[in-house]
Amino acid sequence: MRNLSWVTIALPLILWSAQSAATAAHKDQTSADISALRGELLLLKSTYANQIAQLEARLAQAESTLASHAAPPSASALPSELPTPSINIPQRMSNALNPDVSLVLIGAYAAHSTDPDRYAAPGFVLPEEAGPGVRGLSLGESELTLSANVDDKFYGAMTAALSVEDGETALNLEEAYVQTTALPYGLTFKGGRFFSRIGYLNEQHAHADDFVDRPLPYKIFLNGNLGDDGAQLRWLAPLDQFVEFGAEAYRGDSFPAHGALDHGVGTYTFFSHLGDDLSDDWSYRVGGSYVHAEVGERATGELPDLFDGTSELAIADVIFKWAPNGNPAERNLKLQAEYFRRWESGLFNATDYDGTQDGFYLQTVYQFQRRWRIGARFDRLLADNTGVGVAGTVLDTLDHDPSRVALLLEFDNSEFSRLRLQYGYDDSSHATDHQLLLNYIYSLGAHGAHQF
Amino acid sequence: MTLFKTMFATLIVCGAGTTEVMANLHIFSCEPEWAALAKELVDETVEVYSATTALQDPHQIQARPSLIAHARNADLMICSGADLEVGWLPQVQRQAGNAKIQSNAPGYFETSSVVPRLEVPATVDRSQGDVHAAGNPHIQTNPHNIALVASALSARLAQIDPPHATDYLTRNEEFQQRWQTAIARWEQALAPLRGKAVVTHHKYWVYLLDWLDLREVATLEPKPGVPTNVAHLAEVLTIIEHQPVIAILRTPYDTPQPSAWLAERTRIPAATLPGTVGGLPGTDDLFGLFEKTTEILAKLVDGTSP
Repeated sequence: MRNLSWVTIALPLILWSAQSAATAAHKDQTSADISALRGELLLLKSTYANQIAQLEARLAQAESTLASHAAPPSASALPSELPTPSINIPQRMSNALNPDVSLVLIGAYAAHSTDPDRYAAPGFVLPEEAGPGVRGLSLGESELTLSANVDDKFYGAMTAALSVEDGETALNLEEAYVQTTALPYGLTFKGGRFFSRIGYLNEQHAHADDFVDRPLPYKIFLNGNLGDDGAQLRWLAPLDQFVEFGAEAYRGDSFPAHGALDHGVGTYTFFSHLGDDLSDDWSYRVGGSYVHAEVGERATGELPDLFDGTSELAIADVIFKWAPNGNPAERNLKLQAEYFRRWESGLFNATDYDGTQDGFYLQTVYQFQRRWRIGARFDRLLADNTGVGVAGTVLDTLDHDPSRVALLLEFDNSEFSRLRLQYGYDDSSHATDHQLLLNYIYSLGAHGAHQF
Repeated sequence: MTLFKTMFATLIVCGAGTTEVMANLHIFSCEPEWAALAKELVDETVEVYSATTALQDPHQIQARPSLIAHARNADLMICSGADLEVGWLPQVQRQAGNAKIQSNAPGYFETSSVVPRLEVPATVDRSQGDVHAAGNPHIQTNPHNIALVASALSARLAQIDPPHATDYLTRNEEFQQRWQTAIARWEQALAPLRGKAVVTHHKYWVYLLDWLDLREVATLEPKPGVPTNVAHLAEVLTIIEHQPVIAILRTPYDTPQPSAWLAERTRIPAATLPGTVGGLPGTDDLFGLFEKTTEILAKLVDGTSP
């Protein structure tokens, strides 16, 4: 059996190799030629078939356009009778190369039981945007975004926010960056002014948030969010799961940094995220981030407190999303949490100071039927500050850990117009504040694609 | 021994030069119908991933991490286009760090660009609801569109994977033959539908209606993408009172209540069509999709409810 098998294999093999050795060169040449010719012929055929099909389609369109132009305008009486044939694109030609423009309009009404000007979070310095905002009717930020592919290798975007502060209209350049689209190996480079990719909420503009105001840790540790002039390099691993690593360097002029120290590279960050689908219904993303900021003479508060030193921040973020069959249109659920820890050391008002501060928030938002969403959020801060100059200043915790609870009810007429009603129980300081916030967010223009 | 036989067999196969494995391509399809079509044109060594299922509204999904990860490794991205994926695809492309599948690259193929589009509006305004400046994007409901896309797609595959150009084009030829035979069969079965009226949930079926010469007399959504309401349903009720309507059509992901409500009041059958591959049992490929669609629609003219 064994011998026979050997023969059955060896004999044809020998014959075949002998034959092919004799004619190999010639045969290979010819068969390659034939195969190439055959390929070209088929490609030609298919290309022509396509072109003819497309020409026919265009002809049909042109004819129906003519027909619809000839028809009296009363056709609107029965709009669904005839499917309107497509007209060609000339209307779009004039602005086809313009960037996408989108405008976000935000307005609010706020009622507070405690004067927002007296806001404090004992144990923490308050950056500019940390407060609860103003009482009564007010206009939020009006955001204008222009974005487009620059060419085949770059994408660029700019977001400017107009707001009124103390009767003056302020223009704030939130983002202005370019980003590569064609680097190899899953790399993306971003440069300019932009929001950092640390944490979960940080990269998101405030109008995309679920709640009217940012969670406490974002307000206190990052003045809303970290954004500065800088550069980012990001690498996406070649896996079926989402695994990314990135690093950023910034000028160091935005909170928590100040003064653009270290020759104008005062802040750097590292971040990593991973995510995947758990099932058709559930997906998640988790991440870890680190921020190092050099702080030079950073002034906060009415009678400015000065801080000189380093500020380091670590963030862990997690988000789970649920939608039946992965179709969030009708019902969906979001579970989201982030934990912050900050280490600060240096000189606080010219005396030695070391601080370890924690903050976290937990939130959930449930869309129980199309257009309607409810949500709840809890956030809390904890400080452990040591130093001779701490007592009696804003860094003194006064035996109180700031915390808040927020409840949300949202009605969306469409994804472009959202109305939100939020009740807040703000226990940041000993003077508890009951808040009732009503706000609208209207999005006009280009359909922005939201991140997960 | 077995190893030897295998090696020998492989040797013969290679020597004969008849079949060769295609490059290990990764195809990212935005919708299941294009994943199914790609599978008709490639062999099993090519990995085909569908970003959505038939139970998901491709307009509404989010740029989930898993989509970005799959886009990172894709050599070819096939999407309907015409703004159907505008809410998530730009994020996926920008975060994927993959030059091959950017909108201007040969690795991005937009199926709606190779078929005549219906319902291209003269002006676009969001007060009209979710209208698409480039026309209605649900082109896969007409099998003739599938044929046009198949030819263009095979040419694109040949372009991005030149060593196997012949294979893609040959497979397309074979597919076209089987497909045209099937279309003739479906058209024959559905000829009695010509000129009949239907109500639809969403403006999803315009290409199907155009193919079969059906009339859409009303939609349950007052405007595309705007959820239906009682006032509008009452309007629809008065519209269909005065004319014979054979069915109320919806996709598997449209919410069933409005069609059920209307069906109960009018005794017009409410029918769920698969819409795309995987929408109903037995629709695992494109042939199954249209077989099932034909089966359901044919029952409607027979008078037996589906």
